[in-house]
Amino acid sequence: MTAHASEATPALQMADIRKVYRMGDNEVVALDHASLTVGADEIVALVGPSGSGKTTLCSIAGGILSATSGTVTVGTEEISGYGDKELTTFRQNQVGFVFQSVNLVPFLNARENLLVVDELGRREGKPARDRADRLLDELGLADRAKNLPSQLSGGQKQRVAIGRALMNEPRLVLFDEPTSALDTELGGQVMELIQSEMKARGTAAIVVTHDERITEYCDRTVRITDGVLAA
Amino acid sequence: MRLAIKELIRQPGRFVTAAIILTLIAILLMFLGGLLDGLIRSATGAVRAQQADAIVYSEDAQASFLRSRIEPDVRASIEAIDGVEEVGGLGVVQLGARVPGNGPRDLANVGVWGYELAPDGVPEPPGPGEAWADEVLKADGVEIGDELLVGPSRSPLVIVGWVEDTSFNGQGGLWADVDTWRAVLSENRPDAVLADGVFQSLVVRSSGGDAVAASINGAVDGVEALTIDDAIDAIPGVTEQQTTFNQILGVTVVIALVVIALFFALLTVERTALYGVLKAIGARSRTIFAGLVTQAVVLTLIAACIAGAAVVVLDLLIPPGAIPLYISASRIVTSTVLLLVAAVIGSAFSLRRVLRVDPASALGG
Ligand SMILES: Nc1ncnc2c1ncn2[C@@H]1O[C@H](COP(=O)(O)OP(=O)(O)OP(=O)(O)O)[C@@H](O)[C@H]1O
Ligand SMILES: [Mg+2]
Repeated sequence: MTAHASEATPALQMADIRKVYRMGDNEVVALDHASLTVGADEIVALVGPSGSGKTTLCSIAGGILSATSGTVTVGTEEISGYGDKELTTFRQNQVGFVFQSVNLVPFLNARENLLVVDELGRREGKPARDRADRLLDELGLADRAKNLPSQLSGGQKQRVAIGRALMNEPRLVLFDEPTSALDTELGGQVMELIQSEMKARGTAAIVVTHDERITEYCDRTVRITDGVLAA
Repeated sequence: MRLAIKELIRQPGRFVTAAIILTLIAILLMFLGGLLDGLIRSATGAVRAQQADAIVYSEDAQASFLRSRIEPDVRASIEAIDGVEEVGGLGVVQLGARVPGNGPRDLANVGVWGYELAPDGVPEPPGPGEAWADEVLKADGVEIGDELLVGPSRSPLVIVGWVEDTSFNGQGGLWADVDTWRAVLSENRPDAVLADGVFQSLVVRSSGGDAVAASINGAVDGVEALTIDDAIDAIPGVTEQQTTFNQILGVTVVIALVVIALFFALLTVERTALYGVLKAIGARSRTIFAGLVTQAVVLTLIAACIAGAAVVVLDLLIPPGAIPLYISASRIVTSTVLLLVAAVIGSAFSLRRVLRVDPASALGG
């Protein structure tokens, strides 16, 4: 694990990113010359209509997809040229994801869903267990630690997913519509939680959303239409 | 890996069907293997028990006791060979025996042996008219002290003790001195009478070990000397049985492999979304694949353990001698190892699918 760079280093720098999906003869330009910088502890809201390229942008920032062209730098690590193996290691250490649909491991309880990050990645053992307990506590899930996902409410599952995204102490967390499955009140609570967790850690985040109200919890809003970013 | 074990423990329902099928296949594998071992044992016991370096038949006998005949002068020339320490006559006559208390048509199949050098586990020859009986004859109701009436002439033989694993061609051995055997032979098989001093075969103990077989073949005309191992293989039907059974066992292992391959291929398809998430949060394909193989191996081990216990119980339940089933630890272990190899190869068919899972699949709506 590389030490976090100084405060001044942005968490994410995307320069001139293009992403073209090829399906047979068809080409879909999902991102077109997108450039975006996210400060070290900045929370950026990414707003745009369906199909505008929000998920694609997050995937590229988090090393799940490779861009067709352009450069991506997370902290001091330029990942644009990475192969599958390097990207896997990068994901283990540098980024956290909260997916559009809650994707917890169904046969693991809340605590184990957090620990799976450690098991698949750094294998720290005790420090990781302590961190998981602290996160569950902060997320108000201390008394739900032994519950399976099927025994948790939608908001609780979302909070477990947030905990999982923070387990590897990432530099950047990508939230893909974290509140879309929740009602307005619960969505607000989850966003408050996201905000406080990010600020407490000095971790940067991109929060994808359709909902204008969500942007209030963010430092800045970036709009995307047909793969083109506008501040 | 721990993830894979946890899934097995927490969601056993997903694996029950595969475990049951694998258990049945493992039982089949071990049971058939036990039958093969039992058949081979009951076909070869008397030869295997010989504490000797070579068995000598006449050249045209094709290793058949009944067709073989060795004259005293041949014996003398074998005894004269360098390194030969002891030579003993050995012969058999296969007959039906009336057992006291059994109906007149309920005959026990026996091989009456005349021997000079005691085989492994068989005491020195008993007195005239007496015989050591193989334990498998207990299944026919034979008891110590019984007088069996052997063959059409009802030659009496009194049972004076038990020996084990001395069957031949599936017939329980009755071990008598050579004069008693010669008498039984001439009373019941007038066509096969052997004069005093003439034997069907000779067992040879030598200071030079196995090599004595070759020396005898080189020095004496008209005989075929075989090492004990070669003599076992030469018993009519033994290699044929082994080949046939091994083919059946091979097919059974292949079926286990196909079952495992199909089951884990389906499971992998079902889990594509989960694998996508795991990859997105940093799981290597290697880790996921190792988990899959672990599950296949654990499942197979469980199936093999249940099957092993089942065939042992089956072996205890089936009365001895009813069917030639011989369950041994080595048969259970080799069956288990074969199944484990099948498990690893079978689950390996899912490797490509695991590699192809795209972490991006975790992101969809
Ligand atoms: N794997 C893919 N293959 C081909 N085209 C794709 C693929 N993934 C996304 N696209 C296309 O790229 C464009 C951007 O998709 P993306 O998923 O980034 O949109 P989004 O903004 O996240 O939408 P939503 O709000 O509905 O989640 C869309 O036109 C989509 O159809
Ligand atoms: Mg999306």
